[in-house]
Amino acid sequence: MLLIHCPYCEEDRSELEFRWAGEAHIARPDAISEISDEEFAEYFFLRNNEKGLTYERWRHMHGCGRFFNAARDTVSDRFLMTYKAGLPKQPIPVAEERAAAAEEKTVETWEATEGDAR
Amino acid sequence: MSAPVNAGAFRIKGAGRHTPARTARFSFDGKSYTALEGDTVASALLAHGVHLVGRSFKYHRPRGILTAGPEEPNALLDVSRDAARRQPNVRATVQEVFDGAKIASQNRWPSLSFDVGAVNDVLSPFFAAGFYYKTFMWPKEAWHKLYEPIIRRAAGLGEAPKEEDPDHYANRFAHCDVLIAGAGVAGLTAALSAAATGQTVMLVDEQPEVGGALHYDASTVIDGQDGYDWAQGAAARLKAMPKVTLLTRTTVFGYYNHGFVGLAERVTDHMARPDRDLPRERLWQVRAKKVVIATGAIERHMVFANNDRPGIMLASAARSFLNHHGVAVGRNVGVYTAHDSAYEAAFDLKRAGVSIAAIVDCRADPGEAVLAEARALGIDVLAGHSVTDTSGRLRIASMTVARNGGGNARKIKVDALIISAGWTPSVHLFSQSRGKLRFDQANQRFLPDIYAQNCVSVGACNGTDDMADLIDEAITAGGGTLALSGENRFEWTGGMIGAAEGAGPDTVVKAFVDFQHDVTAKDIRLAVREGMHSIEHIKRFTTNGMASDQGKLSNMHGLAIAAEVLGRPIPQVGLTTFRAPYTPVTYGTLIAHSRADLFDPTRKTPMHALEAAAGAEFEDVGNWKRAWYFPRRGEDMHAAVNRECRTVRDIGGVFDASTLGKIEVVGPDAAQFLNLLYTNAWDTLKPGKCRYGIMTREDGFIYDDGVVGRLAEDRFHVTTTTGGAPRVLHHMEDYLQTEFPHLKVWLTSTTEQWAVIAVQGPKAREIIAPLVEGVDLSNEAFPHMSLAECTVLGVPARLFRVSFTGELGFEVNVPADYGADVWKAISARAQGLGACLYGTETMHVLRAEKGYLIVGQDTDGTVTPDDAGYGWAVSKKKTDFVGIRGLKRPDLIRDGRKQLVGLKPKDPKDVLEEGAQIVADPNQPKPMTMLGHVTSSYWSENCGRSIAMALVAGGRARMGETLYVPMTDRTIAVEVTDVVFFDKEGGRING
Ligand SMILES: [Zn+2]
Repeated sequence: MLLIHCPYCEEDRSELEFRWAGEAHIARPDAISEISDEEFAEYFFLRNNEKGLTYERWRHMHGCGRFFNAARDTVSDRFLMTYKAGLPKQPIPVAEERAAAAEEKTVETWEATEGDAR
Repeated sequence: MSAPVNAGAFRIKGAGRHTPARTARFSFDGKSYTALEGDTVASALLAHGVHLVGRSFKYHRPRGILTAGPEEPNALLDVSRDAARRQPNVRATVQEVFDGAKIASQNRWPSLSFDVGAVNDVLSPFFAAGFYYKTFMWPKEAWHKLYEPIIRRAAGLGEAPKEEDPDHYANRFAHCDVLIAGAGVAGLTAALSAAATGQTVMLVDEQPEVGGALHYDASTVIDGQDGYDWAQGAAARLKAMPKVTLLTRTTVFGYYNHGFVGLAERVTDHMARPDRDLPRERLWQVRAKKVVIATGAIERHMVFANNDRPGIMLASAARSFLNHHGVAVGRNVGVYTAHDSAYEAAFDLKRAGVSIAAIVDCRADPGEAVLAEARALGIDVLAGHSVTDTSGRLRIASMTVARNGGGNARKIKVDALIISAGWTPSVHLFSQSRGKLRFDQANQRFLPDIYAQNCVSVGACNGTDDMADLIDEAITAGGGTLALSGENRFEWTGGMIGAAEGAGPDTVVKAFVDFQHDVTAKDIRLAVREGMHSIEHIKRFTTNGMASDQGKLSNMHGLAIAAEVLGRPIPQVGLTTFRAPYTPVTYGTLIAHSRADLFDPTRKTPMHALEAAAGAEFEDVGNWKRAWYFPRRGEDMHAAVNRECRTVRDIGGVFDASTLGKIEVVGPDAAQFLNLLYTNAWDTLKPGKCRYGIMTREDGFIYDDGVVGRLAEDRFHVTTTTGGAPRVLHHMEDYLQTEFPHLKVWLTSTTEQWAVIAVQGPKAREIIAPLVEGVDLSNEAFPHMSLAECTVLGVPARLFRVSFTGELGFEVNVPADYGADVWKAISARAQGLGACLYGTETMHVLRAEKGYLIVGQDTDGTVTPDDAGYGWAVSKKKTDFVGIRGLKRPDLIRDGRKQLVGLKPKDPKDVLEEGAQIVADPNQPKPMTMLGHVTSSYWSENCGRSIAMALVAGGRARMGETLYVPMTDRTIAVEVTDVVFFDKEGGRING
């Protein structure tokens, strides 16, 4: 079970208190009723679902109730940082980046364990 | 004077750490025995010379006790206190004997010594690796009728208890600076060191007492004293420290992310008469800043022909039974080893008066120190020799010994054979923490390499063998300073992995690698020959390491045998992954209190007890219990619902609507916020009025609906569907916090603040009028869709003039604490006037008669407001709301979308099945073109016929058309109609 740092409570709290809320930094278009079908599809349906570093939204559901942003490595499941909603995409601290890269190496992936069975 | 207690003929006087005065009686397969307190079931049985304790999984071969610890693969027994308190598959080497224990062997019929299933051993060529996959593929029918029953009968280890578990289990959360797994020399030293720095420490060990390897290793000296005694002293000192928690009989079973560690504490399993207030087991969920892994090493067996007879066991186990329990495992014991450690077992046994038939060492050059000691004790050592076979039906009788590389074999009589192929570091927890292992080529073992969490491995699990080095390492890990010395009597050398001499690739002997799953060296070679080249595939094909012991003994041997056949070095073949739990954990421990009534919360309205007293049947709606219908004497559900439906329309009815979700939306921008979240316009709604609102998602599909009342310019009382309340609030918070943070609005869930009593029907006003103060209830002053704050029976209330029945209706909201009293008064008055209580079923029928939508029943996440016939609720004037763009998508505005319509079966007595499909031509070839499906269907007593609602392609253009609902046995013709079946003009609502 992960520990997640709530940037509003300023505490590391158990994953049980949080709820994932999708990819971060996807702003609702200002004049949404004017946008094209393609722009709407881009905004509402399409997600990058990247392996590795992802920016996503979480909510401290059973705590302060606030939505916030998090940078998480989806390979190692490590939270690199969290920051308040409304702030732009934050750079990852170098130490965290290194730690994530190191941890990725230790993570058992399907390719690593079952790969040669293909 | 009492007669001396018979605690077993194999007890050695003066040996062991138990007190002869404290005994416990237990039975094994119906026969009664005496044990000493502190015995495990294994040591107690061995004390009486009982080695045969079970039959193996596949071949039903006689099996004995192989180990003295949690790695035991063979001795799995059924242990019970009474009829209900029975547990199968208990390891005899872990379970402590308690007075009155009833213990039984498993997997045998009719008896342990004569077992019919043993015919499998003779038929073993048919049970080779992969036989499940190959033999039972087809014919398909045979699987259910023949194979599965046979496998189930043959493969069952224990038998699951049939009665409900009467014990209770507990759960505890804890935090600490340092958690130490294992309280051997390394763990105790690390704990003393960490405690000296003032950190909070949890020291956890699976055995009843601390000491780890010191249980068997009687020659280690720590701090100038006997190692085991030092350990008990250290434990006593640690226990006295306020910041140290010492847990014994507790297994660290899982090491998860961010220092999260799972412990299973066995609280009462060792007690003869446990206090019933104590939990049987306790789950600890610990968040540790740092974890010190001090889990030691597990001895491996030798892989040779017929290495599984009762009486064959690990050398360290024999040493545990002798030095800790005071039990000799035989009178004439053979030793077969590839490692020096087994010599020390022979020395201890010899000194205790047991004769050692010979030490057979497959190495040409055993360690010099142990060799010299063996000579001094007069023990025969056969170096460069191997045990190539054993004999004995239910217990080993002899070992066959030959010089390596050929030569005459000779039989040596033994009544026990102790074996050691060396030691496997217990890297399970390190591996679970996602650490990466490296292969130590010199010692043929995997050791911790790259750490993924804040943890450190110390001692034998880290490959640190020398006692002085181990102590240094543990002190450093604890972070403090400590003056402590320790030494082993002998420095150990040697070790091997893989099949021993005489069990190589050119042989067909049964040399067991995995005892619990009956996997032999031959099986592993066969798997490789059949094309399994990945260790993960070999594991699954042979089931090596897949039993409940998870291959603690077998993994390394299996890997070495596979690597040999593959012709690849061991690190390239790789190790299978270690998964939690380290040892089996009972379901009781994992679920703790979450069972029966506490399994899932039950939500009850304030009026629940009164409804139950009025005879209500309840239905589950999410976690809520809702009154479903109120049957009177002799009424079935159908009759009760028909009566309720009629009474509400003829006179009136009272309904508990408390479960409706309620959200208070407050602030200067509240109306603007609701404008953005609902399709309707809210700024035009005047205080004291309410309006039906529809909420869509950004994609334009209906998300929720409900009546919203405006209490003041800056205050709205929003209602949601019963099931939708939490997600609607979440959805609102999401937009408020992240998309519209400039709006000054505050959202509060008030679902449980208000008890809601709906009073519906022609006499609704008459029912409530005398109870209401502060509002003129006349049609003129308080028309349909009005809202007032007033008092009801003197209780502050919010009164809504709303209707989900199409009748004149009110919803009385009072603070939840007053709900029962107000309900009592309203329902008494209602019943006095001939009205009735009604439940959710009647509510559903009445609203369907009026064509009112239920989100989630008549919609499914692909329905727009217009599809549902609620296009009028979508504001054309607003320039923005959630869903405004989605609703314009080409697919959402095309012709022919499914629309909500009414259906009338041609036979008015025919009630359609909800979910049934609808077609235009019932005679078309299959697969038919489906036009839609039935969403709601009821018998309507008020209409005197069946009615239904359905989503039908182009539905509103099909009014009057005949469509068909094909069922398995017939086809039902239906007419497409308007959704309003009753009071089409809608006059009653203004009554
Ligand atoms: Zn928070």
